[in-house]
Amino acid sequence: MSDRFVSRGFRGRRQPGEATGRVPPGQYVESGFPVLSAGPTPHMPLDRWDFSVEGKVERPRRWTWNEFRALPRQPVTKDIHCVTKWTKLDTHWEGVAVDTLLAEVGVRGDYLIAFCDGGYTTNLPLDDVRGGKAWIVDIYEGRPLAPEHGGPVRLLVPHLYFWKSAKWVRGLRIIEKDEPGFWESLGYHNRGDPWQEQRYSGD
Amino acid sequence: MAGTALLGRLTWQLGEVVATHTETPRTRSITLEMHSWPGHRPGQHVDVRLTAADGYQAERSYSIASPSEAGTRVTLTVERLEDGEVSPYLVDELRVGDRVELRGPIGGYFVWEAPMGGPLLLIAGGSGIVPLMAMIRHRAAVRSAVPTRLLYSSRSPEEVIYRDELARLTADGTGLETIHTLTRSQPAGWSGYRRRIDVEMLREVAWPTDRHPQSFVCGPTSLVETVASSLVMLGHEASRIKTERFGPTGDR
Amino acid sequence: MENKLDGNVAGGILESIFAFEMTTAEGTCAGCGARRAIGATACYKHGMGTILRCPSCDTALVRVAVIKGCYWLDMRGMRVLQLASNR
Repeated sequence: MSDRFVSRGFRGRRQPGEATGRVPPGQYVESGFPVLSAGPTPHMPLDRWDFSVEGKVERPRRWTWNEFRALPRQPVTKDIHCVTKWTKLDTHWEGVAVDTLLAEVGVRGDYLIAFCDGGYTTNLPLDDVRGGKAWIVDIYEGRPLAPEHGGPVRLLVPHLYFWKSAKWVRGLRIIEKDEPGFWESLGYHNRGDPWQEQRYSGD
Repeated sequence: MAGTALLGRLTWQLGEVVATHTETPRTRSITLEMHSWPGHRPGQHVDVRLTAADGYQAERSYSIASPSEAGTRVTLTVERLEDGEVSPYLVDELRVGDRVELRGPIGGYFVWEAPMGGPLLLIAGGSGIVPLMAMIRHRAAVRSAVPTRLLYSSRSPEEVIYRDELARLTADGTGLETIHTLTRSQPAGWSGYRRRIDVEMLREVAWPTDRHPQSFVCGPTSLVETVASSLVMLGHEASRIKTERFGPTGDR
Repeated sequence: MENKLDGNVAGGILESIFAFEMTTAEGTCAGCGARRAIGATACYKHGMGTILRCPSCDTALVRVAVIKGCYWLDMRGMRVLQLASNR
């Protein structure tokens, strides 16, 4: 019954006629920026904050906030796609390419787990963060990234569903064998390519 | 009536809108006829699910406003949120004859029934009044004399939901007191509170701690957290304070 | 502000899975040992799933997602769950 019932006249906040070549299958364009959090917003003071790349690497490395801010950085403009079906076009960020961080450590594994204040994790194959595909960002729309959106710093991997762009990220642990993260272990797709609509395990 | 006990897994079912009633400029009560309804307890809620033609779904929880004594008719009172996805549909679009998919009744924790006794302290912000009104209506329906104080925060007199009914029930001599605070605008000659609920107001309004009241607090998250921590600060037992946050909204 | 609600709001999905009224069930946190009613936990609920956390230590007690008509339930954060058998 519930598969067939339709609420007369309901379409949510979505506006008609928005399908463009930039919107992956099943998505709609959202002008706001919904906040989806699986836990309380952490508030780590910047003088105690650090970011590390560790695990299967030749030279594990850790950066303090000042060291992180001194790294080469770049502006990034991308569309982002949430598995809950909203897409936001032309989001503007600024941060450090993951390539820059990986170059310093000498990677020896094929996968990574991004780990975060509050305990959130997400897993990625290294191929999905190398070659200009991922950044560690601290600026959104020209201003410091707000805490509810992952500030001070979040991972940005815009070619995959946005749950992979882990908020409050504190480091990347390079691993040999893939391990599912917070949502990947609860039925969401291990990789999450929106263009192949890889929302759930088995898609 | 004891909740749903072991009737089986809670499932989605359809209710038919049989009546709607505008309560305030932003809120509307919707009465649904549920063809199969086990009855509900004051304070319980339902999950409402809307489905668009392309299969897109949105789900929200709404407190039941009607008392348990209303049989198979369930009334929800919904506030239209500025940026809402479900509430604008329920308040502005839904009409008599439409069907709504819902799941319930839900919740045994945020519930009050007359045999639980009192005194009762009910604190509401905005649409947080809804589950507390189910408790008040139930109390009236069973003619309970449990001493009850309601502290109700609204932006203006026009936005006080159930204003007339609360005035009537407060005047009927059964021991219900209603204290309003109007935070943005007040009628001429208003001598009541005109600010958001704070610890000083609660010190004046709440039952003395040695009466060991049961407290139910419902409304926007910021109000609920301020009230709950203030009550604890005043010496009320945390275990006798139950909260139902409705989520962030604009300031109240 | 973050979308933190009370555990009571997870009553619907939990009762759909367990066929018991769950908000009055008491859970013991595997992180800090605190025991409280499910209705008194902190609930983070959005389109991806429902997470119940211990208000004392933020440990995820229960995680639920509905995936293609299937419930995925992780309760490793709750050491003991107490349910009255007679209702």
